[in-house]
Amino acid sequence: MDWETVIGLEIHAQLATRSKIFSGAATAYGAPPNAQADLIDLAYPGVLPVLNAEAVRMAVKFGLAINARVMRRSIFARKNYFYPDLPKGYQISQYELPIVCGGAVDIVLDDGATKRIGVTRAHLEEDAGKSLHEGLAGLTGVDLNRAGTPLIEIVSEPQLRSAREAVAYLKKVHTLVRYLGICDGNMQEGSFRCDANVSVRPRGAEKLGTRAELKNLNSFRFVEKAINYEVARQIELLSSGGQVVQETRLYDSDRGETRSMRSKEEANDYRYFPDPDLLPLELDQVYIDAVGATLPELPDQKAQRFITDYGLSAYDAGVLTASAEYADFYEVVVQDLGGHAKLAANTVNGELAGLLNRDGVEIGDSRVSAHNLAGLLKRVADSTISGKIAKDVLEAMWEEGAEADVIIEARGLRQITDESTIEHAIEAVMAANPKQLADYRAGKDKLFGFFVGQVMKATAGKANPARLNELLQKKLGG
Amino acid sequence: MTALHELSVAELSQALRTRTVSSVEVASAFLSRIEQHGPGLNAFISILREAALAEAERADARLRAGEAGALIGIPIVHKDIFCTRGEKTTCGSRMLANFVSPYDATVVQRLRAAGVVMLGKTNMDEFAMGSSNETSYFGPVRNPWDLQRVPGGSSGGSAAAVAARLSPAATATDTGGSIRQPAALCGVTGLKPTYGRVSRFGMIAFASSLDQGGLITRSAEDSALLLAAMAGFDERDSTSVELPVPDYAATLEQPLTGLKIGLLKEFFDNGLDVGNAQRIRDALEVLREQGATLREVSLPNLPLSVPTYYVVAPAECSSNLARFDGVRYGYRCENPRDLLDLYQRSRGEGFGPEVKRRIMTGTYVLSAGYYDAYYLKAQRVRALISADFERAFHEVDVVIGPTTPTPAFELGAKTADPVTMYLNDIYTIGANLAGLPAISVPCGLVQGLPVGLQIIGPHFSEPRLFNVAHCYQRETDWHRRAPPGYV
Repeated sequence: MDWETVIGLEIHAQLATRSKIFSGAATAYGAPPNAQADLIDLAYPGVLPVLNAEAVRMAVKFGLAINARVMRRSIFARKNYFYPDLPKGYQISQYELPIVCGGAVDIVLDDGATKRIGVTRAHLEEDAGKSLHEGLAGLTGVDLNRAGTPLIEIVSEPQLRSAREAVAYLKKVHTLVRYLGICDGNMQEGSFRCDANVSVRPRGAEKLGTRAELKNLNSFRFVEKAINYEVARQIELLSSGGQVVQETRLYDSDRGETRSMRSKEEANDYRYFPDPDLLPLELDQVYIDAVGATLPELPDQKAQRFITDYGLSAYDAGVLTASAEYADFYEVVVQDLGGHAKLAANTVNGELAGLLNRDGVEIGDSRVSAHNLAGLLKRVADSTISGKIAKDVLEAMWEEGAEADVIIEARGLRQITDESTIEHAIEAVMAANPKQLADYRAGKDKLFGFFVGQVMKATAGKANPARLNELLQKKLGG
Repeated sequence: MTALHELSVAELSQALRTRTVSSVEVASAFLSRIEQHGPGLNAFISILREAALAEAERADARLRAGEAGALIGIPIVHKDIFCTRGEKTTCGSRMLANFVSPYDATVVQRLRAAGVVMLGKTNMDEFAMGSSNETSYFGPVRNPWDLQRVPGGSSGGSAAAVAARLSPAATATDTGGSIRQPAALCGVTGLKPTYGRVSRFGMIAFASSLDQGGLITRSAEDSALLLAAMAGFDERDSTSVELPVPDYAATLEQPLTGLKIGLLKEFFDNGLDVGNAQRIRDALEVLREQGATLREVSLPNLPLSVPTYYVVAPAECSSNLARFDGVRYGYRCENPRDLLDLYQRSRGEGFGPEVKRRIMTGTYVLSAGYYDAYYLKAQRVRALISADFERAFHEVDVVIGPTTPTPAFELGAKTADPVTMYLNDIYTIGANLAGLPAISVPCGLVQGLPVGLQIIGPHFSEPRLFNVAHCYQRETDWHRRAPPGYV
């Protein structure tokens, strides 16, 4: 049978506020356990939550960025369950009336087509603390530093049809929240994480299959692997006459498999009800518009502008706009360079990206600044050096931190454009390779490349390629 | 000269500011009475002699420095539901029997800042759940008018302490009548302010949408003086209201001419003791003589208030009390086998039967499949009851009726049947459901036991309630009568 995969994602993005959503404690990552938990986070008797206005503003920004409805009135509700890392015995979340409803995110598929993924809702809630099991000799430790960190939970429609689509959607939301400056997007530290609801159904069927909820997907790669594993598991199960059980499954990245955590029967009855400690959150249009006025240029808009203004391909524009820092870096290069947008795009997406990846450096910490990169490309544009030499110069700039001109001068890499110098080199190569010369002249055109290579070698790659081509044609022709 | 313990807050304030007495003398006098009579009444969970005398010395220093605050050096006792920094705050429960709060509730903090001296913490029903003070882990409080009778609850310790002249005033809380009912049964004045008027920060939550901190005093005048210091917006409580606090004392003497009083038809029902009914009618006559007019008003949905309350309050409490899990503070069972055992035994051993009953009721009404039938429906009825009051306040300025159906009952008389006990709050719950301010003032004795007159007003009408209550107390002396044996 031909099966269709149906996936919906629930993304949890920690909002980059300085203090927690209902208390004044700091949210910075990495503090000693429980150093950032105040009496409210610890759920002391008598304490009350007070909503962080900055968290609201960030959620509104997100809603506006995905063209969703920002609700004029939303309600905080209590989700009740017992767990040591949940000090109040309930999590404050939004249930029936979330702050953001509807909305959509466009993703680019592998074939280049665009697909619109619906966002059902996004709601504000508080994060739980962490239970620690390692190094405690059979005991469980509780760290409440994370308890009360603001989150938005972004729930997609079940419109994703493959693990690749799910990852594309996740990356797009990841890009978006970082553009908006509302989440640092750090998946290792758990500031951006997701659960996937996965089911399969016979292609053409309308009814959704029974779904499993996958948890513990803390990298893009794991999301893809876990979904693919789960889809295969479900298809195999159904094909052999079995049934998929509605359950929560944990992804084990070491073993590359998902395994059952709890079934629907064991699921909690969360007894949601409106939190009487918090008033309904009322937002007026003036406020919403004011927040809207602070939205930055969004990735799709920026990519479109790069295509129109710089004549870039959709692919290049997409890569450059995947992060705002990256796009900004590129634009500084183009500006300094005064044009040559395509050359700049190729270098940023090509050689520079290679160096960043190789050394695991973020664009913001690039060892070659945008200004210095433009300095290098100027020398390519004015033919002082060739594109090939430019690669070596960039490498040297990366290692030494010097400007392009300094390296070019110090190493004598200035391109040779002087005709007589190149002619001398050509003549020497011709004299040293009589057999090849004869063969070429006898019609073996392919040997042209051989001569180019030899002359380049003789000039340490500094011969201007265009001049060399021209002169070599003339000389070899006899 | 009148004994210090017979003086009102207003009179003590005068004496302190004229330096006729010192705060240390006042505190010492009341502490002695607490030590003498407190144990017999079981009104106190903590007596804070040393801390109180130190606070009194600081108050005296402020007075000597010429500070003008009306409350500097006035003693008070706090219901043990208010968190007090560095002192035990038990909420009447084994769960918190050894809990020392690291912070002051806003109410405590504001009164401290005003110079009020805390003498001790009063006994109460466990987590404020009860109408007789018999659910306290620390044992029942006795009514100073008759030691075999209950003082009412849940603020029974506060009411008994003020009635027995062990403190001129006490803080208290009211979720379904927990200030007004014990005030009525002990013959003192009990004010439940408008929901949102007094910060709930640091007041251990029972039912968040109903809980309101207030006062038990001997007179409305004293209540007005203290509320001015307690009330007001608190950025730490999102449900507190950002409205200026009026000068309550300034409008106490306003004439009652033209005051329109609504007589709550539904309150004069079969459950009302004939003696109580007569005292209420007598009190109304006193108000009428001062120029008030009476008319009957009907709140048709009010009879539904008890069942509505016993869905909403347990639902909220089942969630509010989830934090008492034996993990971070409070009671923890011995040698838990695993997490579930820790939860089950810590809560099973730490909570008493009434608290458990309400947690279970609340958990049930919020459960999937029952939520609509109970919680949601109760919230709808609650809205209807609020609307009934709102309609009534288009016609009248205040509504008046009895605070309780009967005078104080005997210890143990109603403990066997929770529903009979719950019906004790039948006249008080309406104000909580609608968030309205209400005051209970002593209006006579029935067979030697005090009964209360309840005045309910629109939101933020505390000035009017104090005014009506004060004008009544100016013409009567019920609020001046101390229980025999405590004069």
